[in-house]
Amino acid sequence: MSTWIRGGELVDPEKGILEQSDIIIERGRVSRILPHGVFKGQDARLKVIDASGRLVVPGLIDMHVHLREPGEEYKETIATGAMAAVVGGFTSVACMPNTNPPNDCRSVTEFIVRRAEEVGLARVYPIASITMEQQGKVLTEFGDLKEAGAVGISEDGYSVVDSELMRRALEYANYHGLAVICHCEDRSLSEGGAMHEGVVSTRIGLPGIPAASEEIMVFRDIALARLTGTPVHIAHVSTRGSVNLIRMAKEDGVSVTAETAPHYFTLDHNAVIGYDTRAKVNPPLRTPGDVEAVKQGLSEGVIDVIATDHAPHSPIEKNLEFDRAAFGMIGLETALPLILSLVREGTLGIAEAFRKLTCNPARILGIHGGSLKEGIPADLAVIDANIEYTMTENDFHSKSNNSPFIGRLFRGRNELTMIGGKIVWEKSSTHPRR
Amino acid sequence: MKNLLVTAVGKEIFFVWEREKESLVAEFNHKDLLGMGQLSAQDIDLILDTAKSLKVISSRDIKKVPTLRGKSVVHFFYEPSTRTRTSFEIAAKRLSADTVSLSASSSSMVKGETLIDTARNLQAMSPDLIVLRHSSTGAPHLLAKEISASVINAGDGINEHPTQALLDLFTIRERKGRISGLKVAIIGDIAHSRVARSDILGLTKMGAEVTVAGPPTMIPVEIEALGVNVIQNPRDAVRGKDVIMLLRIQLERQSAKIFPGIREYARFFGLDRQLVSRAKKSVIVMHPGPINRGVEIIPDVADGPYSVILDQVANGVAVRMALLYLLIGGKQSVDLD
Repeated sequence: MSTWIRGGELVDPEKGILEQSDIIIERGRVSRILPHGVFKGQDARLKVIDASGRLVVPGLIDMHVHLREPGEEYKETIATGAMAAVVGGFTSVACMPNTNPPNDCRSVTEFIVRRAEEVGLARVYPIASITMEQQGKVLTEFGDLKEAGAVGISEDGYSVVDSELMRRALEYANYHGLAVICHCEDRSLSEGGAMHEGVVSTRIGLPGIPAASEEIMVFRDIALARLTGTPVHIAHVSTRGSVNLIRMAKEDGVSVTAETAPHYFTLDHNAVIGYDTRAKVNPPLRTPGDVEAVKQGLSEGVIDVIATDHAPHSPIEKNLEFDRAAFGMIGLETALPLILSLVREGTLGIAEAFRKLTCNPARILGIHGGSLKEGIPADLAVIDANIEYTMTENDFHSKSNNSPFIGRLFRGRNELTMIGGKIVWEKSSTHPRR
Repeated sequence: MKNLLVTAVGKEIFFVWEREKESLVAEFNHKDLLGMGQLSAQDIDLILDTAKSLKVISSRDIKKVPTLRGKSVVHFFYEPSTRTRTSFEIAAKRLSADTVSLSASSSSMVKGETLIDTARNLQAMSPDLIVLRHSSTGAPHLLAKEISASVINAGDGINEHPTQALLDLFTIRERKGRISGLKVAIIGDIAHSRVARSDILGLTKMGAEVTVAGPPTMIPVEIEALGVNVIQNPRDAVRGKDVIMLLRIQLERQSAKIFPGIREYARFFGLDRQLVSRAKKSVIVMHPGPINRGVEIIPDVADGPYSVILDQVANGVAVRMALLYLLIGGKQSVDLD
């Protein structure tokens, strides 16, 4: 069956243009992209999707999510996480290795790949751990993991403390063509901390995590990238200092890329007041000055990617005393409106914003997707950029609802997600069809 | 009101008290006492005035009035405490409330029950008030959201210890006649002290001028935002002060890299006679206890004429009686006979 997506504003992130277009999809691939009005499809079997007044974008790619399977299926499964992804407009996600057991060997990687195929929603790309059991002692088998389907390595949740081991990991990952994603945290500085160390932690009496805890490791991993010539990708950048370090490294020709998450450009440490554990995340929400610096980093291109760090937790981990609660918040179903608000306020152009959600993460991970061109698999999202609504705790398709954005007025929502030409999500009531 | 009460004896106190109480309790419009941050200067005045009226009960032969008869108070201490717990117990008993004490070791926490589940179970037994001490910042706030009984924070993590601050304010007002305009130095581990945070919030709210001092490792970032001066060296910090408040140096913090050792601390930050002499002649020295003699304070200062440390303990009972009364005293009328 063929599909005609008619009259939407097509966003081409790579070329940076936006024009009203018709897209014809045949056998799962984009067969033709035409200016609106040229195509006069008469074939009754042609499925028509009216996208007028909507944005049509390449399927979004979230290079940093936690799907919790295997091991913590009560928080999220590959099925529920992939569902949350497609609801949010994401057609591909890269899942972090801190499952139980961690993704440190072929069998776990293969399990994730197989489960994701069975589920048949978002494309799921496993990220394997750098060391066995994330213990920071022995490297995992990068080659074997790559063959099994891993696209990158990361110790997410920790830094590899041993700098020599990290150096060897970079050298070896480069040989196998695996992306290296660095969680930057000096635990000796952050241990025991529950929020950003600053005026709010002083006011409300919570132990703090200084910005330096992140920045020290950002600096180290940049230094190792320079030493080894291996590109590194810095995960969840949250501080002004980190943005500055990455900017300098880029100017200096070091092969470094970076991501931030919507909460780091939307919320600051004041969100913790009242001891709301939904605002407990690692790295912690920082100061308003850091939020501004992260936005500036996005705007200047210092930060290449927006990833959600979708981290589902159940009330067992969250409905606790603040210092005992787990770090992390879900993000797949709230990212899009938060990013669109960056566009509305002028921080990012629309193509630029979607670049950070499509072709940039695709390039860093070396995966397909991230663009809409004739001949490629039709992964795309149709977005109503203007619809206003609020999320309630029952609106999530994720198995968890640990979001600090519940009750916030959002503007902009994904209405339809297509993967390989197949509609996997549709907000049906809003899409009259012919 | 207070004069009437002070001059009255025996049951009369209670009758006068009863007549006043409707309006008092109406004025104090809080379900819980979670921190000094939630109180206005008027609230604090009301608590201190009420405590002053109730203090007389502790000096009578029969140290008991029936005000809270039929009310139940649960003392829930997840962390060890002698002074605060005893003070609350005595305060509740002097007002005729029934009290139950739970500690972490006797509670279901050791069986893995969460605070919220424990709270719901306690709530099911309909207590009127829960006094909570807990090692986690915000634990009383979590409890208060979960249950309809009143909650008093008896110390949460490194955050607040509001009843300590109120008894400190009471003691200062008793000794100095006022709080506003006084110069107060707080010396010690400000960063890890819930007493310091509550005292700072209370003192600044009541118009005192607060200076904090101590090793830089013990001064939290941006503490100036709370409206205090930072003068790290105690020699300069105590100059011209009306009140010196010391904090207990937690010896276990030594292993947490906060300071090199007791000897070093005592030498550079301990309060000795020479240091006291740099303050005003009329200075009072306070300490929330338990004191480490020879560490933050040398023994002859702790026992000397400036010291009001034991007054603080005595006033603690009165202040806690006042809070119990203001929080749960007015909710139903008490049968006088």
